[in-house]
Formats: sequence, structure tokens, C-alpha cells
Amino acid sequence: MYDFHYHKAKSVAEAASLVGKAADGKLVAGGMTLIPALKLRLSKPSDLVDLGGIAELKGIKKDGNAVVIGSMTRHIEVAESAEVKQAIPALAQLAAHIGDPAVRNRGTLGGSISNNDPAADYPAAVLALNATIVTNKRKIPADQFFKGMFETALEAGEIVTSVSFPIPDKAAYMKFPNPASRYAIVGVFVAKAKDGVRVAVTGAGPVVFRQKDMEAALAKTFSADAIKGVAQKSSGLNADIHASAEYRAHLVGVMAKRAIQAAG
Amino acid sequence: MPSVSMTVNGKKASGTVEPRTLLVQFLRETLALTGTHVGCDTSQCGCCVVLVNGDSVKSCTMLAVQADGATVTTIEGLAKGDELHPMQAAFREHHGLQCGYCTPGMVMSALDLVKHNKKPSEQQIREWLEGNLCRCTGYHNIVKAIKAGAEAMAK
Repeated sequence: MYDFHYHKAKSVAEAASLVGKAADGKLVAGGMTLIPALKLRLSKPSDLVDLGGIAELKGIKKDGNAVVIGSMTRHIEVAESAEVKQAIPALAQLAAHIGDPAVRNRGTLGGSISNNDPAADYPAAVLALNATIVTNKRKIPADQFFKGMFETALEAGEIVTSVSFPIPDKAAYMKFPNPASRYAIVGVFVAKAKDGVRVAVTGAGPVVFRQKDMEAALAKTFSADAIKGVAQKSSGLNADIHASAEYRAHLVGVMAKRAIQAAG
Repeated sequence: MPSVSMTVNGKKASGTVEPRTLLVQFLRETLALTGTHVGCDTSQCGCCVVLVNGDSVKSCTMLAVQADGATVTTIEGLAKGDELHPMQAAFREHHGLQCGYCTPGMVMSALDLVKHNKKPSEQQIREWLEGNLCRCTGYHNIVKAIKAGAEAMAK
């Protein structure tokens, strides 16, 4: 690991100021991706600004018809939250299957979506549930947040403070995990809400995306049979030693059907 | 260089570290607590698991400065003198180790499991050990040991 200056911010304003002043500053949330990347010398920040000491970024609360989760809330806390389990059980279930217990004890919602790994679980929930990402500068709808591989709408020095998840009528997430890392080879989050059905796919492409043909079919009839004739194209999907693009395309259909069945 | 202080195994510990010093380096090299092992150094194997404020954490994937002010428990903090912790005793009784390299991490992960689930089933233990690898592949006895250790702790 290259050396860097370390700062533990006490507030969001202080973190934004510290990272803004640094020559090449980087924010660290749980560090579950960043620290391994630093160890591999894939990243060489001049300054690391730790968000771990900012109390205002932690916590889960129900706000009208939404569950609002602070960006520094850890996966374990989402997985075990009585409020999340009651309002959006699919979200608690998703958080309970990220990585392994030690990762869930450190990793955070804000860190996961800001990093936007193409195989991360949370982006699928944020997109399918039509969540709103709240930052220190503005509110960003999920449809405009995930831009590309490891790329988001966040500007330099912009910090995710919370994510507001509208409570759906029903939802479920199914993933085909890589057996070693538990990252999604393909993960599909299906959500049925008042304003329609949304199907978000992670792991399959360079960035999480909505499967709009499935959404249209499910809007007519919400059943696994409804998407029988809907094929996911393999062009543009990821291909690696774990799965070919064609296999991933096939898995999108299988995981979507299972998610629809699980949602009930 | 930043200075850090934390409570490790019930005792105050402090030192001066580079910001890039990993928690596991601080434990092993500064405090000479070499019971916490480094296996893969890529946050996969779990040999370096310690408890930070009661939660299992891979100490190769946390900076020492991030643990400033925290309460840390390592494998050395479990036994009371010559009396093994019930989870350690269960690992001995059920031969839950072969070469022993992964054992400290297995025991620390097991303690976090028992915190969440006082009576884990075999399936739940196996799922919880997702982040702990045993290269001797001796999982069967490790799972048996954790089940017995959890039962002993409930007494």
C-alpha cells in the first residue's frame, strides 16, 4: 500500500471540505473494496477521509411510505433491522447475503452504491425499488445514478448521506452467486409498486440495468409465466472465466422467474 | 505519524503507526499478539478475524487508525489463565483443527455467530463460515466444534 494522509471526519461538511482540499482525496466508508484496492496499489490517494465517525450518516427510519437508510449503515444492520424486515423484507434478505459476516460487519450501503461494482447487490435494490439517493448537494433518482462500470452521477466531493426506498407492494431478490466471493454472477431484483413493476439486473452487464421487456410483461400479469417468452439478449453482457455472456443472459431469465415466485 | 490507542483484550494499548498500517500488523508487530494470523491478505480466508467492538472483522482489511478508540478482542483474550474459553475447549474436544492455521479466525468468527444466534444449526454454522477457509478442508469437525461450543456457552 502506498502511504497517504488519514483524516477521520466528524461531520459531512468536514469530510467534504477535507476531500476537496486534498490533492487527490478519497472517501472511505466501510473500506471493503477500497482497502483491498489500496493493498494491490490499484489506487494511490494522497488523502483518505474516513466517514466512519459521522453519527448523522448512520441509522434506519421509516418516513411515510419509505424506508430511509443512512449511507454509513452497515449491511448487518440492514439485514437485522426489524423495520426493514417488516417493510421491505427483500432488502433485508439482500443485505444478509452480501459477502460474508465480516464484510457485512464493515461494509455499508453508501460505500456499495458509490463504488458501483457491476456485480454488487445493492444497486439492483436501489434501481428496482426506484429509490432516491440523497447527497450533501441534492437528491438523485435511481434511474440517473448508476452511469457505468464503477461510475455514478456523483460529482467530486459529493457524499451520499442516505437512500430513501419507497415501500413496494411486493418484492424479491434472487442471485446466482459466485461460489467464492458471493458477488452476483447474475442478480435480479423484482419490485411491484403502485406505479408499476421494475426489474433490475446486476452482475450481468457492465452496470446494473432495468429489464424493460420483463417489466412490460409483468405489468400485465405479475407471474413467472408472464416472462416465459421474454428473452434477455446476450450482446453487451459480461463474459469471464465464471460465466459466458450467453450463460448470464440465460441466468437473467431464471433469476427473474425465481424472484417473481418468491415475491408471490 | 498518527498515534492510536485501543483496548485490546481488556488492556489499554497504544502506539504510533503509519496511516497505512493494517490492524493485523499493529496487533502482530507492535503488540506481539501473533495468535491472529495472516493467511491470504486479501480478505478472503478469515485467518485474521478479530472482534472489533464485538463484531467479527477481517483485521487485514481494516486500518489500525480506523480502530482508534475501539475495543478489540483477539484469540489471546479468550482463555482465563489456563482455563480455555468454552469455544476453544470445544475445538480441542472435537478435533476442530488439523494444522491449526485457520483456527484463531474460526474461533473468533464462531463467537460472533453465537452473539447473533445462541443455538445455531449445522446449516447456519456452515453459512456463517462463508468467510473462513480451512486449507486442510477439515470443516466437518470445525462445524461440530462450533455447535458444541455454542451449547457449552449457553450453560
